[in-house]
Formats: sequence, structure tokens, C-alpha cells
Amino acid sequence: MSKQSDQPDMKRREFINKTVLAAGVATVAPGVLLAIAKAGGPGTGASSDVRWGMLVDTNKCADDCTACVDACNKENGIDLMNRPDGQSEAMWNAQRPQWIRKVKLKDRQTGEITNLPMMCQHCEFPPCVDVCPTGASFKRADGIVMVDRHICIGCRYCMMACPYKARSFIHSNVEHQTERAPRGKGCVESCNLCVHRIDYGGTTTACQDACEKDGHQAILFGDLKDPDSALSKALKQKSSRQIRADLELNTGVRYTNV
Amino acid sequence: MRSSTGTKWFARLFMGGLLLTLSMGALGESSVIPGSKAAGLDSCVAPTAEMRRYHMLYLTHDRNATVREGRRDIKNSLAECVDCHAAKDEQGGYLPVNADGQFCESCHNYTAVNVTCFQCHRKIPGEEHSHPGSLTGGSENGAGQTFGLLLDAGKAPSLTPEEYKRLHAIVGRED
Repeated sequence: MSKQSDQPDMKRREFINKTVLAAGVATVAPGVLLAIAKAGGPGTGASSDVRWGMLVDTNKCADDCTACVDACNKENGIDLMNRPDGQSEAMWNAQRPQWIRKVKLKDRQTGEITNLPMMCQHCEFPPCVDVCPTGASFKRADGIVMVDRHICIGCRYCMMACPYKARSFIHSNVEHQTERAPRGKGCVESCNLCVHRIDYGGTTTACQDACEKDGHQAILFGDLKDPDSALSKALKQKSSRQIRADLELNTGVRYTNV
Repeated sequence: MRSSTGTKWFARLFMGGLLLTLSMGALGESSVIPGSKAAGLDSCVAPTAEMRRYHMLYLTHDRNATVREGRRDIKNSLAECVDCHAAKDEQGGYLPVNADGQFCESCHNYTAVNVTCFQCHRKIPGEEHSHPGSLTGGSENGAGQTFGLLLDAGKAPSLTPEEYKRLHAIVGRED
């Protein structure tokens, strides 16, 4: 049996002190570096000096065009998923992940039709983060709202909390994944503004590229905090609005002509 | 009495020696699958003993850096484990690293530790890499050349001092 004594084990205390100190240094140092670093390379990480956002001009969003949706599906490996055996087509269409979707609005009085792409609005005060019991739903320093699937337990509170119906749940095992978009049964996911592009210094999203390629140019992506960015200039000139602005979530995705 | 103690002592020594010899044999054995890219290399991103003990910590540390902080310059990524350790079948197609008898599965099965990485993560080497220059997902600029961690394998150790400090802080908590 080990030696019994009332005296504290000084060696142990010293060890604990040193460990805590080392852990403190390791925790604080990257944070300090993070605050100094600016976005723009694979090593710098997300910086609070930027806030990524988007402006959608609904006038330019064509009625039967699905370029943004298709591009998103391809970019994020959603098109690699297959309907599980025995599931009806209707159920599959209702449950398959959808990071971006087309919404059609009709003014009942005038009959005016408005098309817009709807996706995660990357709120400054995201309700999904508020309700997440594990901390899996989080907002990066640069404003991107994401799910950390390592931590997600698939409770789907965030799906209930999101006013934009932006999140999807993976109901069955997934066979094929891409490196940039891991995906598996039991986790929630949503638009992450093509975070893999941004982290490598990219300045466009897949949906924006596709929209531009088709000649619509309805989607503009950029830094909301940079007054000289094309996005900030466009927001200054045009009258834009947030969807459900009454919730005061300060969304990162804005719309004009809605 | 004395002779029985002596016998016991000898028996203990013998058993200890036997176990040591057996474990040395096991340690020397390589579980790297012949035919994988890893089989042609001297060592992994760190010495083999270190990889056996700490690979899970490298991965946990790096996953948080990547997902939470958006740092993509990490030196030990799961995708690169897969790229290097996946073997090919007779038809030349890649076998998943978590298939029966393959690199990840063989050890994890032996130690009865569930490897759940590949429920979500890609388990065969892919064409695309989300590295700069291949943002469109194309492999035209030679996806196979982007093994950053292998290219600087000569410049060991693979972790920066800061990362080591952090790693040691994690390991220290076990004691």
C-alpha cells in the first residue's frame, strides 16, 4: 500500500502547477496570434477582422435556374449521396441534405413573383448556437456559422431553432465523401460559405461562381467589415434587407428587391 | 524455504524475460500494408513508436485547429494518413483503410478500439484535394504532389514547438 501522510505531495503540486501553466500558455498563445493574424492563407486561420457575408439581388435570380443549387451539391459532395434502399422518392427528397434551395415568393395582390436562394444566413447572433447543448454549433471568428461534427450528437435542436430552415440532418450511412466535406449518419450540417475555399485564400463561393457563369450575377460574396469590398459598396448603394429582420439576428446574408 | 524463494525468483525472471522478448518481437513487426505508399517510406511523419502512441492526439489537436480556427496549414491530416496507408486490390482500385485487415482496422481490431473517423471521413485516396490551386475540385495540378508533411519528413520533428507544448499539456493531464 502507498504511504499515508497528511502532508501535501509537493512534487505533485509542482507538476500540476507546471502543467496548468503550460496549458495556459498553449491556450492563450494561439488566441493572441489569431487576433493579430489577418485572413488570407492556409496558416492564418479565421480572423475577427473580417466578417463574411453575401448580397443576393433577387431581380437577377432567374425563375427556373438551379445553377447555385447544383454547384453547391457538387462542391460539398451532396451529389455523391444515394437514396437509401427502400426509401420512397418523396421521402428522400424531403430528407436529403440541402445547403441552398430556391424559394419562390408570390405577392398575392399583384401576382409579382420573386425568386431567391435561401441558405444559412450566418447570423451574428445565431439561434442554432444558442440552443446547441454540446457546443457543436458554433460561429467562427470570421462570422461563419458551422457545425463541428466531431461534437454534434444529432439532437436537431438547431434545426428547430433556425428560422430559415437552413439545416439538414443525415439520416443514413454515407458511402462516399470528399476530403473537403466529411459527412456521416447522425449529424446536422448546413452551408458554411465554402469555408475550405476561404481558408485557402479563396474569395468566391461555389454558388456565386455558378451564378456568374450562367450570366445572372445575382450573388455577391465578400467581407462585410471591409468598407472597400465590392459587397460593402453594393450594400451602401442599394436598399437591402435581412429576412426576418424582426428577430434581430443581424444576418450575414442580405437580399435586395424582396 | 530459501530454495523455494529462489525458484520463484528465477521463475519471475524467466517469465519477465519471455514477455520482454515476445513484446520486442511484436514491436518490431510492422503493420504497414505492403503495396501502400507508406510501405516505401522509412518512417511516418514522426518515428514509428511516437506515431503508435500519439497519432490520435495529433489528429484530435489538428481537427480542432482546422474546424474551429480555420487553420489549414496543419502538418498531420487524416486525409494524408489515408492517401499514404491505403493499399490497392488486384484490380488496382484502392481498398478502404478501415476494411478488414487494412492498416487502420488491423490494429484497432486487435486493441478493440473503435475507429469511427471513417463514418464521416473519406477512407480511400481521393482525386481532389482542397488545397490552393485546386479550388474547383480539379486534379489537373497534380493532387499527388501536395504531400506537404511527407516532403518535409527529413526536417523532423513534425510539430512546431508550440504544438508540442500544447500536446504535452494534454498528455500531462493523464498523469
